Amino acid sequence: MADIVVDTKGLACPMPIVKAKKAMDGMQSGQTMEVLSTDKGSLNDFTAWVKQTGNELVSHEVENGVYKFLVKKL
Amino acid sequence: MMEQQTSVKAMTAHELTQLLFAQEELFILDVRNTSDYEAWQIEGHRVVSMNIPYFDLLDGVEAVLEKIPVKQKVLVVCAKEGSSIFVAEMLAEAGFTDVSYLQGGMKAWSEHLEPVKVGDLRDGGAIYQFVRIGKGCLSYMIVSGGEAAVVDTLRMTDVYEAFAAKHQWTIKHTIDTHLHADHISGGKKLADRLDASYWLPEKDAEEVTYSYRKLEEGQEIQVGATKIAILPIYSPGHTIGSTSLIVDDTYFLTGDSLFVASIGRPDLAGKAEDWVGDLHNTLYNRYKELPEHLVVLPAHFGNYTELGPMGTVSARLGDLYRNNPGLTIADESEFRHIVTHHLPPQPNAYQEIRQVNMGKLKPSEEEQQEMEVGPNRCAIHDK
Repeated sequence: MADIVVDTKGLACPMPIVKAKKAMDGMQSGQTMEVLSTDKGSLNDFTAWVKQTGNELVSHEVENGVYKFLVKKL
Repeated sequence: MMEQQTSVKAMTAHELTQLLFAQEELFILDVRNTSDYEAWQIEGHRVVSMNIPYFDLLDGVEAVLEKIPVKQKVLVVCAKEGSSIFVAEMLAEAGFTDVSYLQGGMKAWSEHLEPVKVGDLRDGGAIYQFVRIGKGCLSYMIVSGGEAAVVDTLRMTDVYEAFAAKHQWTIKHTIDTHLHADHISGGKKLADRLDASYWLPEKDAEEVTYSYRKLEEGQEIQVGATKIAILPIYSPGHTIGSTSLIVDDTYFLTGDSLFVASIGRPDLAGKAEDWVGDLHNTLYNRYKELPEHLVVLPAHFGNYTELGPMGTVSARLGDLYRNNPGLTIADESEFRHIVTHHLPPQPNAYQEIRQVNMGKLKPSEEEQQEMEVGPNRCAIHDK
């Protein structure tokens, strides 16, 4: 289980990453965050954002149109 | 003191097209992620473009302000439009006065069609080129005596319908020069909606699931009472059925066989090795026998440098035999090598797109948009 879940379903760009960043800023190193998104563009954006901020994208999956990203703060 | 308005202007895809046609100066800040930007971006004669993903700007734009010209028109672009509004507002707050965002983002840009008149026909009719500037696709409307034929119709069929309705023309024919692999054809859909005839070369139609009329060499298609002849010429190579059209003895619609700056690739529907000989014969024998004064009107362009002064893409056939790198290869074995060994990456989802155009797949509107993302890459010299 992730330490924190950020639900951005139904929100369009840039809100999913705006919300994820806000949550990430309050996390400790080693903690994980699960982000839920229905935005199709979010896969490429999340991958790039997590890399850019020096964190780790542990896993990602799509289920019934909902993208699930598990991010670990390093 | 009054509070500063921070709302930014929307620029429509039509306004951006006009600006690019006029070769005006524009600074584009593209805030998509870098991989999407590198795969496909807006280009123009006097466009300077820079990529900074929006997620690098969440804490503000201060760090990038000095990279953006203060006195120039600035357009912020993203995939849909949400992130570009977000960034454009921050730029406006930071003091930039001429900032807009692209309405509908790259999605709208990919779908925009700009009709441009190419020229008149001898009896008072005319031919229009519909430029899909974001993706490099070209389609045509030939009109005469109140009737119209649409060639290589794109998916956005409402644009042709509205344009014909505005001028009170009746669309009687839709014609595909070949089974397309880089974009979804609107030819069959438009013909069915308007009770028009849909034409397709038989050799490209072996697997189609719908009815069509056979586009065959020598069989003229008439538009209007004034008999504008559309004369098909069998020109295989890009596909085995590819057929070109000569309109009014003047305009030469080459489909994806011959472009202004390149030639068609033979590998999207089968094996390059099998069709390269056909392609060579089409370009170096069949087309060469045609009059040099013909105005070549292709179904694609590779990039903005092929756009003419009014936005049209065209060239004299005789000039292409001197300037087009695909028509000036002296030796057939060298031609075979270039055409089969130096091909650009294949267009996005091209196999699925072919299935859709055969009527075998019926994706939703949104899935169709996804399939068509990115540049067309139908020519051998595309990157």
